[in-house]
Amino acid sequence: MTNTQGAVAAAFVALADPTRRQIFERLGQRTRSVGEVAAGLPVTRPAVSQHLRVLADAGLVTHEREGTRRVYRIDPRGLEMMRAYLDRFWDRALAAFKAAAEAEGEAEAGERR
Amino acid sequence: MSGVPPVRKELVVAATAERAFQVFTDGIDRWWPRQHHIGSSPLRREVLEPGVGGRWYGLSEDGTECDVGKVLVWEPPHRLVLAWQITSDWKFDPAFLTEVEVTFTAEGPKKTRLVLEHRDLHRYGLAEPAYRKSIDSPEGGWGWILQRFTEEAAR
Repeated sequence: MTNTQGAVAAAFVALADPTRRQIFERLGQRTRSVGEVAAGLPVTRPAVSQHLRVLADAGLVTHEREGTRRVYRIDPRGLEMMRAYLDRFWDRALAAFKAAAEAEGEAEAGERR
Repeated sequence: MSGVPPVRKELVVAATAERAFQVFTDGIDRWWPRQHHIGSSPLRREVLEPGVGGRWYGLSEDGTECDVGKVLVWEPPHRLVLAWQITSDWKFDPAFLTEVEVTFTAEGPKKTRLVLEHRDLHRYGLAEPAYRKSIDSPEGGWGWILQRFTEEAAR
């Protein structure tokens, strides 16, 4: 859990930058080269490369060789973060559920008295 | 990707199974986390309609309804299976389905064991074309999820 939280924190910091977030979302559509990512963005290619490096360091994107070029894609380990989110969500929700169910029980006992 | 383990939770509640089931379903609004709402305005009420096929949705302050899923199995007071149809860009998608199964087992006069399993999480995997398309959204995407998670983690 601690590792997940650390990874999530790193991912969150990486995505706090709107340009990086835009880049990340473009990669959600399909794999792209640096040039393809940069096309239409108001930043230079070297700047895009730098952003991609930050995203990769945060575990959000990964890259591979495709012929002579390097293409980037979203790292599927993000799936584990989704699972971690739901894990945490249900902890929280069920704690609230337990409180509600037991409070109801008390109310009922009170009425009977 | 299909080897993603389900999220599984187990807890004991000091209430009868009947009451636990009732609070979980009819009383969902009393415990559903308020910040877990996908609508554009704050959540006014969380609703889980009784019976198989019953809708599960949040009613926003502005009157709009945001679907979460529906009831797949309704066996009061022992078992409930819900469809959780929220994609990772936090939108309802009727074509997307993960299951939440909840069982209520009486262990004493006022003691019930609840087991919750949220499964089929591999469907959040990035491999499926429909899913890949779903994360192509200017407002949603992983960034949004990560933000929510970080907020949760900081609580």
